[in-house]
Amino acid sequence: MNPTTNALRTGLRRGVIELRATFTNGQDLWTYFFPTVVLLVAVFWMRGSTVPGTDFSLGARTLPSALGMGLLFGGLLGLANQLVIDREDGTLLRAKAIPDGMLGYLVGKIVLVSAVALIGVVLQLTPGLFFLDGLRLGDPGAWLTLAWVVPLGLVATLPLGAVIGSLVENPRNMGLVVMPIFGLIALSGIFYPINGLPGWLQGVAQVFPLYWLGLGMRSALLPGDLAAVELGGSWRHLETVGVLGAWALLGLVLAPVVLRRMARRESGSRVAARRERAMQRVG
Amino acid sequence: MTAVELPGAVASPRPPDEDLVLDVRDLRMRYGAVDVLHGVDLTARRGEVVALLGPNGAGKTTTIEILEGFRVPSAGTVRVLGTDPARGDERWRARLGVVLQSWRDHGKWRVRELLAHLGDFYAPYATDRSPRPWPVDELLETVGLTAHAGSRVARLSGGQRRRLDVAVGIVGRPELLFLDEPTVGFDPAARREFHELVHRLADLDETTIVLTTHDLTEAEKLADRILILADGRIIAEGSPDQLARRVAGDAEVRWTRDGERYVHATADATAFLRDLLREHGDRVRELEVRRASLEDAYLALVHEEETGIRTGRAERVWQQEANR
Repeated sequence: MNPTTNALRTGLRRGVIELRATFTNGQDLWTYFFPTVVLLVAVFWMRGSTVPGTDFSLGARTLPSALGMGLLFGGLLGLANQLVIDREDGTLLRAKAIPDGMLGYLVGKIVLVSAVALIGVVLQLTPGLFFLDGLRLGDPGAWLTLAWVVPLGLVATLPLGAVIGSLVENPRNMGLVVMPIFGLIALSGIFYPINGLPGWLQGVAQVFPLYWLGLGMRSALLPGDLAAVELGGSWRHLETVGVLGAWALLGLVLAPVVLRRMARRESGSRVAARRERAMQRVG
Repeated sequence: MTAVELPGAVASPRPPDEDLVLDVRDLRMRYGAVDVLHGVDLTARRGEVVALLGPNGAGKTTTIEILEGFRVPSAGTVRVLGTDPARGDERWRARLGVVLQSWRDHGKWRVRELLAHLGDFYAPYATDRSPRPWPVDELLETVGLTAHAGSRVARLSGGQRRRLDVAVGIVGRPELLFLDEPTVGFDPAARREFHELVHRLADLDETTIVLTTHDLTEAEKLADRILILADGRIIAEGSPDQLARRVAGDAEVRWTRDGERYVHATADATAFLRDLLREHGDRVRELEVRRASLEDAYLALVHEEETGIRTGRAERVWQQEANR
């Protein structure tokens, strides 16, 4: 068998095995359900509020936006976190020590992280159906839009996660990545429309993928006439594809270079040094 | 230099040697302005167990990581299975085994699941001579983990985990296996179990094994040949027996006569004793002759390394032999 085909297949299996393992322990299950809980609490506090200028429930607008945010968390932070942790504990070095192991590792991670992100979308969507009115889930057009927004969102965020995960050496420094993302959440209209923000801030928000992930998900799940209260008064699908596509392209160009550089530097003594540091952290 | 040249590994031009699994010449490594390896030469033949022995910081790990292809040397010629590790491709990688010191990776995986999965990567590299990977059940049996095949990796004890590390290292039936400080943190029982495992491996399939250790006893137990590395240089090389004979140096003679204690250092203890007894006869009591042992020489070396004080005692012990 061709080694590359074999590595792709073995990597796929790796992703499935790791995915299965996430269903069998409390910590991973909590990670699955935590965003759903947060979302439900947020929607609860928003009950009675409406999207400014409409009589549409603000909670129902928040759900799709939060799903877009979930893609960023799952794709970007999910993969980055996995890379940082796997580097520290030596998983990555193991992959490096076996033939085609890095390829298999990477395929496995992409499968795992994507699957976890998709499961997250489903878990957040389901309770929303019972509590929120106005989402057009019965409409085939909604699913058609989801079918391109979600994969495009993952392709835009996963390579960025790979780049960040390769650059951050110490798991504790992941906080430095999370903080600006929280800032971006406030800026990107996830929980409240940004029409009231100054124009330059709106401009900044629209440079980053998060705004477009939220907009894309809203365009899929909200009634068409809500487009009127978005910036520019439309769902702007073309721009969504343009900006997310640009981020995907940037990530896909950078990720292989940065990943290769990171993998090249891995060795037993580096893992041992990290272990030493982590032990001091714990002890 | 005092290193023993091996038969067949004479100075250049060396004929290509099919049996030479490892061939390193004048290996140098520099980090910034610090030289870590000053021209290391080392070879290993098919089926040989070679120990790189030396105190911490001597350059053992750097050397082995260069051989594994995980580090690029500053200078020197390195051939591992006929290939420069810095350019080793996946086909080359498939013929190597690296036993890593695991910590908590793959904790959620089950033992059998992990071995089967990692073994899958080797399947395309099977040859008639080396069927790859090693069948999982056989492998579990070999490393003594059959009873734990269904356990989660995180639940294994330290010793079991280490056996799993070895199993991962050999799942591809390597022609050359690297073990870096394999028994650090082991209790004596686990250590002995591990030594038995390495012996079993060395007997199987002519696997060549290169291991590093700072424990002389371990090197003596496991290795066909020991290379002593100190401060980035190989200062002595040979089988445990050869090395033990070569550290002779001065012997220390102690005795009492008329209630008084005497100590004398001599290169020829036999002649000295003959004279001593002829002269003082029965008045010589509590006679003791102590030869510098391999352990003495090695401990002197470690002491120099740890205190940073170069008394030259360790090197003197080896050089005395060379001058003889």
